[in-house]
Amino acid sequence: MKAANIVECRGLTKNFSGVKALDHVDLTIGRGKVIGLLGPNGSGKTTFIKLLNGLIEPTFGEIVIDGQRPGVYTKSIVSYLPDKTYFASWMKVMDVLDIFEEFYEDFDRQKAENMCRSMGIQSRDKIKTMSKGTKEKMQLILVMSRKAQLYLLDEPIAGVDPAARDYILTTIINNYNESGTVLISTHLISDIERILDEVIFIKDGKIVRHEAVDDIKEKEGKSIDDVFRDTFRMIPFYGGEQR
Amino acid sequence: MGWELDDSRPIWPQLKEQLMRSIVAGKYPMGGNFPTVRELAEEAGVNRNTMQRALSELENEGLVITNRTVGRTVTTDERLIAQMKEHIAKEIVDRFMEEMAVIGYPAEDVMKMIQEKGVEHK
Repeated sequence: MKAANIVECRGLTKNFSGVKALDHVDLTIGRGKVIGLLGPNGSGKTTFIKLLNGLIEPTFGEIVIDGQRPGVYTKSIVSYLPDKTYFASWMKVMDVLDIFEEFYEDFDRQKAENMCRSMGIQSRDKIKTMSKGTKEKMQLILVMSRKAQLYLLDEPIAGVDPAARDYILTTIINNYNESGTVLISTHLISDIERILDEVIFIKDGKIVRHEAVDDIKEKEGKSIDDVFRDTFRMIPFYGGEQR
Repeated sequence: MGWELDDSRPIWPQLKEQLMRSIVAGKYPMGGNFPTVRELAEEAGVNRNTMQRALSELENEGLVITNRTVGRTVTTDERLIAQMKEHIAKEIVDRFMEEMAVIGYPAEDVMKMIQEKGVEHK
């Protein structure tokens, strides 16, 4: 039986040589939602996503996905888009599709091939010769062609032009498994706030806010982008004198 | 349909308003098929949960009817659509009068202006 919530964390802490990257995070994430994991650079977004994936282990605390600790089972229900591409340089598109088909039972090869075709990507194309933008789209196609319960997308729109951003966001919202949850980490809020149900604000390794987007807008009459700027405002340095 | 969304307000009521206008304007004709949540969400660039909420509200108000076999259709209740049209028209007039008052036009002058415009349009 499925656990009620897709993700639950209690006291989740991760230290890197004494520095706290995540600090006692208690968090519950429901199913069937599109959620933004929002925070400035270095706030702990990638650390949190890597913990969810089991790529790193918590220093303290606990994390469960569909009731289980990260491991073989959770990898079969989590579709992960890392912040870097990981294809080997010898691979062609068909090699990557073969690997995904072999690894993941929930991978829909037909869907992936159709998406590649609509992007003008041929199965004989070499990954090595693709542009940065095409590589990122290719990776997204793979990730979104799985019928996963949790999609973890780490900075899917960083470093691409606005037209590619639109393509990526549209691909995400049109293709995720509707009973699944999508967690998107980014600091580019204005580009994605319309597709979000909830936001999680993370600052210095702590969750400072986790709320429904509509509730925030209702209460504060501001866009999420503005609320984010207010939450994370830094005081610029004005030279020697104290002001 | 050009969706105009203001990010400082919740999105679903704005979607609902704009869909209502499209129905009243006859873009989706009475008794005709209504697009799916998926199609509308894609068009507006929002997620399906948000669009679903807007559609549920339209269903609650009876403007859109969900039928298990034929999907969603626009109501055939002419009176309901006429009521909705009047409601929207009143809102537009209220907003207009407020703006005119802000720039210092008394109601009589506004009326005169409208009459002149009406003659021009004939």
